[in-house]
Amino acid sequence: MTISIRSVQKQFGRYPALNNVDLEIADGELLALLGPSGSGKTTLLRAIAGLEFPDAGQVLFHDKDVTYASAAARRVGFVFQQYALFKHMTVAKNIAFGLDVRKGKDKPPKAEIARRVDELLKLVELDGLGGRYPSQLSGGQRQRVALSRALAVQPSVLLLDEPFGALDATVRKSLRKELRRVHDATGVTTIFVTHDQEEALELADRVAILNKGQIEQIGSPREVHDNPASAFVCGFVGESNRFEGRIEGDRFVSGPLVLPAPNLADGAGVGFVRPHDFVLADQGVEARVERVNAQGALARVDAVLADGTRIEVAASRADADRFTGSVKLEIAKSHVYGA
Amino acid sequence: MARARHPTEDPTWVKALVIGVVMVFLALVLILPLVAVFAEALRKGVHAAIDAVLHEDALAAVKLTLLTAAIAVPFNAIFGLCASWAVAKHDFPGKSFLITLIDLPFSVSPVVAGLIYVLVFGMQGWLGEWLLDNDLKVIFAVPGIVLATVFVTFPFVARELIPLMQEQGTSEEEAAISMGASGLYTFWRVTTPNVRWGLLYGVLLCNARAMGEFGAVSVVSGHIRGLTNTMPLHVEILYNEYDFVGAFAVAALLCLLAIVTLVLKTALEVAQPAVRRGGH
Repeated sequence: MTISIRSVQKQFGRYPALNNVDLEIADGELLALLGPSGSGKTTLLRAIAGLEFPDAGQVLFHDKDVTYASAAARRVGFVFQQYALFKHMTVAKNIAFGLDVRKGKDKPPKAEIARRVDELLKLVELDGLGGRYPSQLSGGQRQRVALSRALAVQPSVLLLDEPFGALDATVRKSLRKELRRVHDATGVTTIFVTHDQEEALELADRVAILNKGQIEQIGSPREVHDNPASAFVCGFVGESNRFEGRIEGDRFVSGPLVLPAPNLADGAGVGFVRPHDFVLADQGVEARVERVNAQGALARVDAVLADGTRIEVAASRADADRFTGSVKLEIAKSHVYGA
Repeated sequence: MARARHPTEDPTWVKALVIGVVMVFLALVLILPLVAVFAEALRKGVHAAIDAVLHEDALAAVKLTLLTAAIAVPFNAIFGLCASWAVAKHDFPGKSFLITLIDLPFSVSPVVAGLIYVLVFGMQGWLGEWLLDNDLKVIFAVPGIVLATVFVTFPFVARELIPLMQEQGTSEEEAAISMGASGLYTFWRVTTPNVRWGLLYGVLLCNARAMGEFGAVSVVSGHIRGLTNTMPLHVEILYNEYDFVGAFAVAALLCLLAIVTLVLKTALEVAQPAVRRGGH
């Protein structure tokens, strides 16, 4: 199912939640909506789900206008942030809910519903837990139940609102892989909302980055990380050192730091250097090493430039010992934007 | 300090003083009167008390009280459920006005509540002549008593459920609707089961008040013995006639009903700790 969002606007009181948003989602794609809180990402997801109607613009499912169609008519599977499982129903009843509410000939026979529930429980590796109540499950298990409940209706699109937000780090990591696996197994177009860039970059085919109700950039995880379209994206996606300075004649100057800034108008600007783009060299900008923290494959180095600006450098563990006293750093890659 | 105590605890003499004051106060204001009621009822022996309760007029009062509660409580349970659902799960113009209206019976004196019905349905009231022409009796009859009781007790269930429903939010309902459930189906299968303990609790409180209401009912009842006397009114009549054993025997019966309600309420709280977060 392809989904098109066209010039969608939504206002809550005087606060614009979505401001002229356009977005195309390909069939079978796994897309992340990434942004800080209040960026409008959840509102966009709810507008796609039919839980929120936009003030203006269109939502198309496969070229069919569903802007003001109900969530049920769109056949979406929605996973809520706190899962919204029905507390008084067993896991099996929760999963079967979407099939149980059907009427007449749309309603599958009981045996068929039971078979489907078993199949879904197996898919999310919860076999045998159908008789439990949600309160008897761990957070990760609840999340899986919510996922299979959303999948039970064979949705045209699967929507997840901060699906891993309420889980601790280890469970979160394994469920991430799980969602990817379920997506690949079912092939259903999937959109999820997150404020965790690591999650978005690791899991999604494409990432849409939202800020203040607008989409700043859409692209593959690699694209948005390596070629951020704006200062916001550069600062939000991946780690970076941020520098305030001036653009003068194709150069960005901030204290002792000089970065190339081709084709940018003179004036105030911001420059970004990723920690791993600072490279030890014989010449370059001088920095005094304050602290080296070796963890995992990387050595993280806190250093200070001549004008007192603090920077963070990431180097391989092999180079960790070379960061002592005063070092010279070359800059492999940088990003500069006009302010 | 001689004895080790928890660092955030008050000194023992402060605790003893505060607990002592509360205990003395409770004994004087609550326990003593309760004991007095039962003592007075049994002053001339158990038989006298039982005879007083089994007197024809007393039995009629008990019956009327139970009938009134049997009508008012279900009515208010349904009303409270609907009102709290509307208020907690939806946004509509006039919502805060509705909340204020629900609280009205708490803020209006019950006597005034009774008078309102007399003004509307009484002989000199707006509908008085029409009712007379159609041979319908409201004031000084059972319908008036039921109406007044409904009015006085209608906030109980709604007040219990509104905070509970608000706390639960709307995502379960949204989940149900997104899976194709109708609004009514969602209300019965998702919203109501989630508040069933709070509902039961509200019904108990509502019932206790419905059986004990005096002021509003007194205004509309007319105090016709054996016909329009509820238990609280009957207690007053007997007392005014210096039938102390009778008055206190019926009062003791009312107290027993209240104690049963309290025991049920406590049992509910033990069974379902979440109920306690309901507001009261």
